Amino acid sequence: MSWTREQMVRRAAAEVGPGQIVNLGIGMPTEVANYIDPAANVTLQSENGLLGMGPYPREDEIDARLINAGKETVTALPGASLFDSAQSFAMIRGGHIDLAILGGLEVACNGDLANWTVPGRLITGMGGAMDLAAGARRLVVLQNHASKDGAPKLVNRLTLPATALACVNRVITDLGIFDVGGDCFVCVARAEGVSRETIIAATGAPVLFTTATSGR
Amino acid sequence: MSAARTPGDKLYADVSEALTGLLRDGMTIMSGGFGLCGNAEACIDAIAASGVKNLTIISNNCGNQGQGLAVLLPNRQVARVVCSFVGGNPDLAEQYLSGKVKVELCPQGTFAERIRAGGAGIAGFYTPTGVGTVVGEGKEVREIDGRKYLFEKPLRADLAIVRAAVSDRFGNLRFYRTARNFNPLMATAAKVTVVEADRVVPTGVIDPDDVHLPGVYVKRIVEVPEHRDVIEHRTTRGSGQKLTDATRTRKGRA
Repeated sequence: MSWTREQMVRRAAAEVGPGQIVNLGIGMPTEVANYIDPAANVTLQSENGLLGMGPYPREDEIDARLINAGKETVTALPGASLFDSAQSFAMIRGGHIDLAILGGLEVACNGDLANWTVPGRLITGMGGAMDLAAGARRLVVLQNHASKDGAPKLVNRLTLPATALACVNRVITDLGIFDVGGDCFVCVARAEGVSRETIIAATGAPVLFTTATSGR
Repeated sequence: MSAARTPGDKLYADVSEALTGLLRDGMTIMSGGFGLCGNAEACIDAIAASGVKNLTIISNNCGNQGQGLAVLLPNRQVARVVCSFVGGNPDLAEQYLSGKVKVELCPQGTFAERIRAGGAGIAGFYTPTGVGTVVGEGKEVREIDGRKYLFEKPLRADLAIVRAAVSDRFGNLRFYRTARNFNPLMATAAKVTVVEADRVVPTGVIDPDDVHLPGVYVKRIVEVPEHRDVIEHRTTRGSGQKLTDATRTRKGRA
């Protein structure tokens, strides 16, 4: 059995260390916030100019001018700060964000990431993805292992336009957790009941298994 | 009106007066805002009503959902857009695909820094963002201390329209929450900056330490107390609704 969306998100939340400054991408990565231990003293950054982002507001707290990068209404926690976009990306590019968790379309085993456009599909723009991928100290990508038609999304070399090169540290998929190994992926966790053969068949690059993941 | 103005008096009676003599075909306009958050709404409405054409718009999104700067698109007023994100903007997507509007996509951090550089007299900068991507095509790549960087040039404009929460009569500005975004940057990078403030206070009311943007960058000020401030994705944690249910429906970063 592969992991559900919620199991993937929970695995991603386990990547967040105590006291870290973290930027969560749009979509599934945003949900990671729900599973971060409140006692871990984690600070969330939103690249539209907010450090110390809180949960969605209650109905009576909604403020049209307090939003996240997905343009959703949010709150600011005690200790939060607000700033302009140049300051926000100075934080990101300058290596002051400990961890970014982003969605992906393709990750190559050399750490290259594609997550902003698919040729032939309606273009949306990269937003802050290229800066986050280039600037975060550690980058974890949360994506399915294969596309709906079965094409691998963990590949030897990108087939889609790159977001940034050699930037990804780890990929969490519905089949397991994979570190970028240069000329291969290193499987550091397997979803319960998913065989090595299933992973090898679904991956477009060589996969190494650690002692922990090499068993039946 | 302008003949009677006292030198240094930046406050105008209304938006049309504040924009008088500033709008012309073919000009470049910077507009603050992140999506529909922090837009100079009355200035945008006045630009739409003026009918000026062949504009270059520098704005993170060029409006969204048919609102904000997106109202200029069906009017065929826009020739070119420099932005980081066009998702959620069907008017721009349609005009881009049909070749009516040229779009220069720029990574959001590079976009912000290019505007900052434009206002700060910096001729360009080297950034790691975009190396090895389509953004780097045709640009100088330089290796510094073992890492590759792209050379990016500044952005400047003829006019910046900026939304502030509070302005004094000198143009010292304060912004509110995430409505700040690109507003203070753009205010520095245009020949003329017009501020649309929710509230204008006498000079001296804002403590000097509390000024977000010094008034030196501001040429004209207009007070607009009422704004639409459209919410694009209304997300709450009320009524036992799971956070994840709301996040699944949203689309698009930036």
